[in-house]
Amino acid sequence: MTFQVIVFYSFAAWVIFSALMVVTSKNSVKAALFLVLTFASASAIWLLLEAEFLALSLIVVYVGAVMVLLLFVVMMMDIDYAALRQGFVNKLPLAIITSLAFFALLYYFITHGEFGAVNYAQPEPKGADYSNIKELGRVLYTDYVIAFEAAAVILLVAIIAAIALTFRGRKHRKAQVISKQLQANKRNRLKIVSMKPSKSEEFVEDNDEQQDGLNDNKGEER
Amino acid sequence: MIGLSDYLLLSAILFAISVAGIIINRKNVITLLMCIELMLLAVNTNFIAFSHFLQDSAGQVFVFFILTVAAAEAAIGLAIIVVLFRNRATIDVDEINQLKG
Repeated sequence: MTFQVIVFYSFAAWVIFSALMVVTSKNSVKAALFLVLTFASASAIWLLLEAEFLALSLIVVYVGAVMVLLLFVVMMMDIDYAALRQGFVNKLPLAIITSLAFFALLYYFITHGEFGAVNYAQPEPKGADYSNIKELGRVLYTDYVIAFEAAAVILLVAIIAAIALTFRGRKHRKAQVISKQLQANKRNRLKIVSMKPSKSEEFVEDNDEQQDGLNDNKGEER
Repeated sequence: MIGLSDYLLLSAILFAISVAGIIINRKNVITLLMCIELMLLAVNTNFIAFSHFLQDSAGQVFVFFILTVAAAEAAIGLAIIVVLFRNRATIDVDEINQLKG
């Protein structure tokens, strides 16, 4: 038994055990913690497959971000788990039969198919100078650059959607709109109306001069 | 040594467990989300195993995109659950029947 075989079988056992615990545990917090364990053991198996970058990003992205978010949500809610567990025993036979049938199908195709050592020989282990991140980055930024940009857009949409769904503040509040303030100009705000003189001549002349003076002043100010 | 079929069997077991989990936890939306994450993990393990044995990094690129989409899906799903719990005070799937669909 080589070291890799021991690592594979021990971590595979951890993956299966913790996945079973995720599915069957009564408390959602416990299930989330077992899901963390599943991801951690799966990342060890990904390391065996020489996918170092993805194994580490599985830990960083899933354990560090997604599962923390999930735990926050689970702990924020006051859930009656006993009510949600009703019918657990009734559904158990159906679940076992379905998953066993599904697994039997997959097992048949994997063991009787073309996936043996004949068609898929063990590849040569990579040297110490091989960089998984460099290789992945080269492919990602050349062949799959459009998909990469689309993934960025998907993340942006997710950010906006998550905020828009859970936003609780007032949506129509009386706040400053700076762009509108900057767009305002004299033509929209100030209207100069020339009125017919209706009083005595002297007064009107006087008034006209005053009006002009006012207008000039305003013109200079704006 | 460990062949491709061992990795495929591991992810098949993981997938079968999560299928069973979706059936038995049909009431709890949060556990359903976790089972979907488990399914994605099984699929990603398949992709990485094939990528390793075929010496082709395209499989790892696919896993990268699946991780991205899964993170977005988890964020939006949890936001929907938060809004649902705020409005209905329950996350029971059987009680989400306002639309009478």
